Amino acid sequence: MLLEINNLEVLYNEVVLVLKGLSLAVPEGRIVALLGSNGAGKTTTLRAVSGLLKHENGAVTQGTITYQGARIEGRPAHEIVRRGIVQVMEGRGVFDELTVEDNLRAGLAVRGGGRRAAGELETAFGYFPVLKARRRQVAGYLSGGEQQMLVIGRALMTRPALLLLDEPSLGLAPLVVGELFRIIQRINREAGVSILLVEQNAQMALTIADHGYVMEGGRIMLDGPARELQDNRNVREFYLGLTEQGALKSYRDVKHYVRRKRWFSS
Amino acid sequence: MRFFLQLLVTGVALGSIYALIALGFVLIYKSTRIINFAQGELVLIGAFTAFAFLSQAGLPPALALPLTIVVAVVLGFTVERLLLRPMLGEPVIAVIMVTLGLAGILKGSARAIWGSVNRPFPDIFPALSLTLFGVGIPGPFLWGCLIAGVCLVAFTLFFRFSGWGVMMRAAANHQAAALSVGIDVRRVFALSWAIAAAVAALGGVLLGAINVIDMNLGAIGLKVFPVVILGGLDSIPGAILGGLIIGVLENLSGGFIEPWVGGGVKAVAPFVALLLILLIRPYGLFGTREIERL
Repeated sequence: MLLEINNLEVLYNEVVLVLKGLSLAVPEGRIVALLGSNGAGKTTTLRAVSGLLKHENGAVTQGTITYQGARIEGRPAHEIVRRGIVQVMEGRGVFDELTVEDNLRAGLAVRGGGRRAAGELETAFGYFPVLKARRRQVAGYLSGGEQQMLVIGRALMTRPALLLLDEPSLGLAPLVVGELFRIIQRINREAGVSILLVEQNAQMALTIADHGYVMEGGRIMLDGPARELQDNRNVREFYLGLTEQGALKSYRDVKHYVRRKRWFSS
Repeated sequence: MRFFLQLLVTGVALGSIYALIALGFVLIYKSTRIINFAQGELVLIGAFTAFAFLSQAGLPPALALPLTIVVAVVLGFTVERLLLRPMLGEPVIAVIMVTLGLAGILKGSARAIWGSVNRPFPDIFPALSLTLFGVGIPGPFLWGCLIAGVCLVAFTLFFRFSGWGVMMRAAANHQAAALSVGIDVRRVFALSWAIAAAVAALGGVLLGAINVIDMNLGAIGLKVFPVVILGGLDSIPGAILGGLIIGVLENLSGGFIEPWVGGGVKAVAPFVALLLILLIRPYGLFGTREIERL
């Protein structure tokens, strides 16, 4: 296993318990989807792995995170990036005052600030040709889709072995989401980068993922191969909005029955 | 006309030194959002450290100046590590009070070590004179302008192109994102303080070469405010232009208005200009407006 999270507990501000014994694993070279409703603790899981938790006043209070055989929980973010894990934050944290090229060069920090940037820049431009055309533009003026591509490209500059993606489809048009997910799949296949993907768009996430986990209330409630999850009745109703017949079901019909239902009960 | 040119040229020289000192202030503000009230005292310490090496220890300038910069850099790192780093994440006002306290400590130490008499600064620069438009420019002003100018250009290029420069701008722009791509922002903060202390020390030396040095040198810290607010608190080109404007304005108002109304105009003029410009451009000349995507 490339990444193994075992019985993880995370506390914010020393009082708010967000993860309550979460366990999951990312095998080498795979795409793993982490699904769940708002507030389930998906983003917290990614932050715990990437070391960004400290910045948000959170801390791992129990459990272990093992990456390539070494324990990494509680390590500072820059050390974790150097080990090969990089998180792409939700909401596209571009450096909006910097040019596209400088945004990308910032990703070279862990390797001495980027003297030999040319090779990495070409790799990033290879996946995202749009960025090459806009390399001298200030990133704040890019479209939402372009900004998302920029932050993924920037993460690739660190030459990661494991990419943590937090809701890459957030606020993007369906066509752009499709393109983005094709590129994510290419990054996985061509560069061999393993991916832990957090998504609200479960349908999309499960189409490219090998394995899926469903979170609720800070724990994993269900997991299995992506294909099986896609066929699972509960996942279909909760996340894909589909009934047995494959027709769209209105939220109103679902709510009385399913909303109170827990994953245990099925 | 000749009088005007004389004032203009010396004003530019003074202004470029102000710009250099303001650069340090902007750097700290940009990367850490801390308003450093001790920038003037860093100038004071720098000037007196140079004085100690030159006059008290009798070292040649070629040795004393690099040593002064080294002392300043060490001081900058120490201050950041001991005083500012524990304050990470604390309210802005608390951090500002820490820099005010630091200013007091630095000023007090300088007074304790060197006493509060005027000290003549030794001649450190080779004689140099230039006549421009029929106006002779004194050597120290020329050197001051030259060295400050070279440093400003060097720093601009450093921020624009070097890896560390990109990292510093990235950390200043979006701290969480900088952390997420592996930038060690604590090291960026430390470097900001070290550079700020170094340019302050250099500014102190250049000012010392023009004039005598005394304990009031720290008051330059107040003059930094019109300079940086004029340029926009977080803009390095703004600090440079702001420095030049304030330097020239100070000299011209001192030369032309002061004889009519008596003393003090020189000290007030920069702040009057500051008020006027802020009425028209609240972000300063080059300050960042939030980018809004349409």
